[in-house]
Amino acid sequence: MPEIRNYTLNFGPQHPSAHGVLRLVLELDGEVIERADPHIGLLHRGTEKLAESKPYNQSIPYMDRLDYVSMMCNEHGYVLALEKMLGIVAPERAQYIRVMFDEITRILNHCMWLGAHALDIGAMTVFLYAFREREDLMDVYEAVSGARLHAAYYRPGGVYRDLPDSMAKYEPSKWHNQKEVDRLNENRQGSVLDFIEDFTQRFPGYIDEYETLLTDNRIWKQRTVGIGVVSPERALQMGFSGPMIRGSGIEWDLRKKQPYAVYDKVDFDIPVGTNGDCYDRYLVRVEEMRQSNRIIKQCIDWLRNNPGPVMLDDHKHVPPRREEMKGNMESLIHHFKLFTEGYSLPEGEVYTAVEHPKGEFGIYLVSDGANKPYRLKIRAPGFAHLASLDEMSRGHMLADVVAIIGTQDIVFGEVDR
Amino acid sequence: MGKAVEALSARIQARFSDNVVAHTAFNEVTVEVPAEQLLSVAQALRDEEEFFFEELLDVCGVDLLTYGEAEWDTASASCTGFSRGVGRPHRVKTLPQDGHRFAVIYHLLSVKNNQRVRLKVMLDEAHLIVDSVVGLWASADWYEREAFDLFGVMFRGHPDLRRLLTDYGFIGHPFRKDFPLQGNVEMRYDAEKRRVVYEPVSIELRTLVPRVIRAEHPVKSVTEGEG
Repeated sequence: MPEIRNYTLNFGPQHPSAHGVLRLVLELDGEVIERADPHIGLLHRGTEKLAESKPYNQSIPYMDRLDYVSMMCNEHGYVLALEKMLGIVAPERAQYIRVMFDEITRILNHCMWLGAHALDIGAMTVFLYAFREREDLMDVYEAVSGARLHAAYYRPGGVYRDLPDSMAKYEPSKWHNQKEVDRLNENRQGSVLDFIEDFTQRFPGYIDEYETLLTDNRIWKQRTVGIGVVSPERALQMGFSGPMIRGSGIEWDLRKKQPYAVYDKVDFDIPVGTNGDCYDRYLVRVEEMRQSNRIIKQCIDWLRNNPGPVMLDDHKHVPPRREEMKGNMESLIHHFKLFTEGYSLPEGEVYTAVEHPKGEFGIYLVSDGANKPYRLKIRAPGFAHLASLDEMSRGHMLADVVAIIGTQDIVFGEVDR
Repeated sequence: MGKAVEALSARIQARFSDNVVAHTAFNEVTVEVPAEQLLSVAQALRDEEEFFFEELLDVCGVDLLTYGEAEWDTASASCTGFSRGVGRPHRVKTLPQDGHRFAVIYHLLSVKNNQRVRLKVMLDEAHLIVDSVVGLWASADWYEREAFDLFGVMFRGHPDLRRLLTDYGFIGHPFRKDFPLQGNVEMRYDAEKRRVVYEPVSIELRTLVPRVIRAEHPVKSVTEGEG
């Protein structure tokens, strides 16, 4: 009688459905998962340690590079921690801009997630559709910050600058003639707000397109219904947050329960799943995109009617305007001090959390009164989710591991930090 | 929110013995727990109706070795001017907890009662071990592995305390304050030996901005009406 042993399979770190650099050691009984052991850290850059050697403001760009598909939400968490310790509050217009961009970021993230998740389990088209929408939103990122991904747009005390009055336009080239360019530029004639508004009007139709492709699709349902089921009790035990906990039927959203910025002034609903499987989490995220669209519309209305400052006028923490520097000694000194030494935070520790597209993104900041953080701990939602991969995939087939990684919305920038 | 935080702090203080100290700062509750009482306090915080912290969001280590050390002297600068380079670090402030080098921080969340609390356990360098809370919250598994990896804190009763984030065969605990930022070894592929080799680092650490501790802060304490 031959001895029957489990088969150990190495998955990743270069596998396309490993979403970056996940290495999984899978113990298989036939094609059934007995144990999944994720090996992470291949993208560990020591962000937290690097932040300890830099003045506070210089770490904002690092936040973009954590979860590199939801950049501004990471910044928001970090900036809120600084503001809480400094005891400053951003002007209301800046808070509306932040909320609007948080939701734009949520759509960016969910589009990326939807496309990649669908591609992983066999649907090619959604990926292409989702990236079409991401393109528009990244143009918005570029319009306000100059960068399509790593924006560094939020600053303690507000946002870097007000929304510009014009959008960048396409120019004719050997690939696009004048007629095509005119068509592409049609919705770029007005301000950035006009462009975003145009997007919010088109976007519900796009979500319908995604849903026609997936929601009632037989293959999609076969791959997601009943896969990776998590009960509400286990979801809490394993430290889930965001769509993962809502998919399991727990109505928990920091935007509603512990509102920050102006989330208490905008109207939206929290979608909640019932079964806690991959399909429910898909439905939750799709509905979240619709809700984000709704929030963006409200922010546009408010921002149109309420011009005002987007940055505090407090030059101990916020650099003065360039023009002021040229003629005002005090502004010059403030500028010099801020860009050489930075500002010091009072001694103490804070924890701030934001509802990041993937879950609760928290910043635990310890300051000893210096101009650099003493310790910065980033609580990344994906870390807790990936830790549960073993439990979620146990007893499933090998191919379902891919669906579970997809549904967890893993991005290694934040898991490994 | 401010009142609720104060009330929670008072409730926790009333529930546990005097070794457990609860206080609030920045509208957040911090509970300092002696290492030997961690499990009983954590169990009570998780299960008792008025606390009900059913979710453990984060566990992390803190190394207090260089707490309050500055690289630039700012007090005497007005008469002598600043030094050009970065001086030897010197301590400006005293440690918050004398004699304890490490802290382990737990962030708890109650979804039911919508409240948060932070537990803090202080540890000596010589006795760097604390009970694992994996039995209470499954999410502690990876967080404790991470704290072990980065700080070398041991967790008694953890089922699988392996390194998590650092490389296979890594030596040292990189987030300790005496671990250099640029690391100790660098790695490259050696074409002659046809394998990856490790060598001592060739880069030197430069401090672009010295660490400065300023005594005065134009900041009011954040208590009421915030959060």
